[in-house]
Amino acid sequence: MTAVVQPGLAPRQLPAVERDSGFYWTAGEKGILLIQRCACGSYNHPPLPRCPFCGGDALAPEPVAGRGRVATFTANHQPWRRGMAVPYVFAAVELAEQAELYVMTNIVDCAPEAVSIGLPVEVQFERHDDVWLPMFRPRGLG
Amino acid sequence: MVHPEKQVCITGAGQSTVGRPSLRTALQLTLDACDSAIADAGLTLAEIDGLTTFPGPAGDAGGFSPVGATEVMIASGMKPVWVGASTEGHGHMSAIFSAIQAIASGLCRHVMVFRTVAEATARAAPRGGGGLPARATRANMWSAPFNAVSPANIYALYATAYFAKYGATAAQLGAIAVNSRHMASLNPNAIYRTPISIEDYLASRVISSPLRLYDCDTHIDGSTAILLSRRDIAMEMARSPIEIEAMGMGLGGLGIGRHVGDFTQLPAEAAARMLWSRTDLKPRDVDVAQIYDGFSILTLLWMESLGLCGRGEAAAFVEGGVRIGLDGELPLNTSGGQLSAGRFHGYGHTYEACLQLWGKGAARQVKGARTCLVANGGYGYGALLLKRG
Repeated sequence: MTAVVQPGLAPRQLPAVERDSGFYWTAGEKGILLIQRCACGSYNHPPLPRCPFCGGDALAPEPVAGRGRVATFTANHQPWRRGMAVPYVFAAVELAEQAELYVMTNIVDCAPEAVSIGLPVEVQFERHDDVWLPMFRPRGLG
Repeated sequence: MVHPEKQVCITGAGQSTVGRPSLRTALQLTLDACDSAIADAGLTLAEIDGLTTFPGPAGDAGGFSPVGATEVMIASGMKPVWVGASTEGHGHMSAIFSAIQAIASGLCRHVMVFRTVAEATARAAPRGGGGLPARATRANMWSAPFNAVSPANIYALYATAYFAKYGATAAQLGAIAVNSRHMASLNPNAIYRTPISIEDYLASRVISSPLRLYDCDTHIDGSTAILLSRRDIAMEMARSPIEIEAMGMGLGGLGIGRHVGDFTQLPAEAAARMLWSRTDLKPRDVDVAQIYDGFSILTLLWMESLGLCGRGEAAAFVEGGVRIGLDGELPLNTSGGQLSAGRFHGYGHTYEACLQLWGKGAARQVKGARTCLVANGGYGYGALLLKRG
């Protein structure tokens, strides 16, 4: 899907790789973004053992296109930890597959002032140890 | 059916001195607040037969909840038949809701509810080696890896979406902070008492756009205690109690990283619906409001959820501060709220509601205040409509 890029300089608190949600953090090794999907067709994130739409339990991670739009965002200016490079953009991206299917992420490869609601974005992964963080950048940067 | 909250009244309220940091320990501050509430009610320690707190002792060193009910029971000599606390539930007010149930069920006559924070002391302590915390789990997992370190980052998402959808401006949002600081200047127990102007607000640094420094509440050391009593007993006490006209509870997925809608509403809607379904009073009957302001944007979102103004209209409602001032149609956060009085974490709002309804607001008293709406929460949602008896 897209290349894995080198991590930025800012230290991050990495996610625990857990049984029910680890796929979200590790599938980037293969360049894919996995989102839980139910047999009823609905996507769901963060993962749950039962579908919030139909109540069924036939849920499994499924590849998605890794495209979406910025639903909302914030440019963080506060250095919460030593060594943290600011500003950076924290955002909710609505994935193309379903309305209100949101993932939290950073918008990268883009000046904070160039980010706006509705901006089309695509995933790229940033590797840290055993996790591949799904980041998003403006679509069509090549 | 008699709603449980109608069988319960507030008979006492106490608050410790505020500190940043305090010279007193968190447990001392808690006992100060409890003593004050008991004296305020004209009761004795021996009469208190229930004890609860939100959220119960937290193991971390951040000072978020340094004191548990067990310590208070032992240190005070209280002999409650029921003690309980939970981090789960409808946010800050969950302990008040539990106390209401303990009384309405007949288990208790008088329940002490307290909330203690020592976040200023925790932050004044020498920091560790600056190492990163362990891996993020649960809700933090979905935000911390993206350096959304503070709830400010989460609620900034809501502020951005709200601004964009309704055309709200920084100067409108800033009216919340300016109003709070003015109210705090009239409150001797507020931590920040020097008034600020809207120009000061607009010149303050951005924390997480569009939220600025003055949009974020401030950590303190302090404790608040609220005493609830069975209605029939309360009616026999020397002072008219505060009646709980209605309560409302709501809970959504923010606490586990799940967002629905377009980021312009909180799941507080459910709390508001429940509250208004349990009373004949209407939003227009509210004389004064104490609305959660851990971040200023939460106040706007709560005001709309509660029906105090129309959808998308809260920013214009507060603009300039006249309508939310002491002489306005809806005096708001008259203690200075968490933005300026300090993060008593929800309980400062309920305490202030009691002062206003008992006419003890002194320089910040809202004339003729008979009803006060209190709302708490960013991740879990609770509201009380209180009425002077």
